[in-house]
Amino acid sequence: MDLFPLYNSLRVAAISTVITFFTGIAAAYYIARTPRIVKGVLDCVLTLPMVLPPTVVGFFLLKMIGPLGPVGSRVLDLFGAKLVMVWYSAIFATTIVTFPLMYRTARGAFEAFDKTLLYSGQTLGLSNTFLFWRVMMPNCRQGILAGTVLAFARALGEYGATTMVTGYIPGRTATISTSVYQFWREGNDALAYKWVAVNLIISAAVLIAVNLLENRYRQPLRAAKDVLSDEEEGVRP
Amino acid sequence: MTISVDIRKRMGDFLLDAGFEAGNEVLALLGSSGCGKSLTLKCVAGVLKPDEGRIVLDGRVLFDSREGINLSPQERGVGLLFQNYALFPNMTVAGNILSVLKKERRDHRREKLSMLLEKFYLQGLESHYPSQLSGGQQQRVALARILASDPSLVMLDEPLSALDSYLRWQLETELVRLLEQFEGTTLYVSHNRSEVYRICRKVSVMHQGKSEPVCDVADLFEKPGTLPAALLSGCKNYSRIERLSPRTVSALDWGVELTCAADVPEDSRYIGVRAHYLKIGEGPGENAFPCKVQRKAEDVFESILTVNPGTNGSCRPNSIIRIELPKDAVRDIREGDDLWVTVRPRDVMPLRQ
Repeated sequence: MDLFPLYNSLRVAAISTVITFFTGIAAAYYIARTPRIVKGVLDCVLTLPMVLPPTVVGFFLLKMIGPLGPVGSRVLDLFGAKLVMVWYSAIFATTIVTFPLMYRTARGAFEAFDKTLLYSGQTLGLSNTFLFWRVMMPNCRQGILAGTVLAFARALGEYGATTMVTGYIPGRTATISTSVYQFWREGNDALAYKWVAVNLIISAAVLIAVNLLENRYRQPLRAAKDVLSDEEEGVRP
Repeated sequence: MTISVDIRKRMGDFLLDAGFEAGNEVLALLGSSGCGKSLTLKCVAGVLKPDEGRIVLDGRVLFDSREGINLSPQERGVGLLFQNYALFPNMTVAGNILSVLKKERRDHRREKLSMLLEKFYLQGLESHYPSQLSGGQQQRVALARILASDPSLVMLDEPLSALDSYLRWQLETELVRLLEQFEGTTLYVSHNRSEVYRICRKVSVMHQGKSEPVCDVADLFEKPGTLPAALLSGCKNYSRIERLSPRTVSALDWGVELTCAADVPEDSRYIGVRAHYLKIGEGPGENAFPCKVQRKAEDVFESILTVNPGTNGSCRPNSIIRIELPKDAVRDIREGDDLWVTVRPRDVMPLRQ
């Protein structure tokens, strides 16, 4: 059995999760501070990919990054690189589809966060950067972790938008989910079953990992130790 | 060390209009909940921006809407103790205090930490998390953390109101001792008049977003000046008045004439009489009026009489007066009895709107 689809799925999911992790958190952080009307509009636009059929997302994406699209044609002219029908096309698709998951869970966590912690930190002279990374993020860890894992799991299973921008090229763009479809279509149920099994194992492993992480982090220990060890080593200026 | 605040901020229907000055002392902001006390502290701390006005601390302009100055909370050097203490739950006691000492030189940090731990009786609790501490310990950590940031002004937002009465007394004693060690200005926000009377020397009453001029705490209780201030200071009886002569008024709600010890200001609209200052008299006389006992309630150490002014023929069942007396003094009084109530002229307080 050629394991390329597993490798390809994992790298696409991992890269798009890293991208949505930062963009989703940044969006959640800044949009939570905008006026109510702006918040409503942005919220709607950013959540749209979650409720739209993935094929619609794929369709828009094709129109943008296809060889004739405004972005795709420019990149082709400048770098001679195609943005569709290559393995990394899937990253664009999965990033867009998984972004709302990260954004919404992070925003929920930030909104539930006790603002007086930030206020008191500011009056104590602590920088906003410190407060974000050492106070806000550790205390929102559960929500952010849940969002990250959800985004990763969704990226791994993403089919509709991915298949529209990457097609199915064995050994080049094939992912687990496109392979399952392809093998079933070819009547190769045995191989399809194998990939279904792989998918089940990965999903189960992800969910177990989440549960373990949540239990481990229930006692918030890390950040405090950080401050103490920094102090002892004199790392911080 | 002085702070002068003069700010206005509109939030929906609510208009905050706060103005006061304080030197090296504990100034209380006394007001019922929702009157804008906490809002004022947040504006001074810089976490909220007033619409207009000016805040000056020790000659440093923290906020001036006309000159476009608005320092960030970090630049202000103002410590604010939140009602829930706002300790970082993911850091230990030491971590919470050290996070503020980050900028200090390394060898100073340990020294300052142990000094603060000692001063606030926190030795042995360094590696505890806030969730493992009692309310009192959390408050001490929060205060230690504020003093670690070396503020020129400390503001306390209802520091004792979340505690039950026994712990409260213990913490209040501690708080007073710690406040005495702090050499700057302290703003103390509370809705509890007794607390303010015990802890502070100066007070500004806030009512529906508006602050009244700063006065001595003793004066607030002896001559509160306005009706809201009188009610906040614990005065339970008041009536609308009509001025009859410079020293006599007709209490319209009670249907009686009362004499005051000093001239009643022209702009007085009410008089107030504290429940403790009303006595039971022998018969007619100066400031004596007949009443009917509506209800007699036993409190822990005293009895509370609720009476209606007037006699059987002219009783006013809708206006009630509350009298608090030692249990012995009212042993023979029953509900439905008629009696004479008196008040000394000096205990009749004229009040403005």
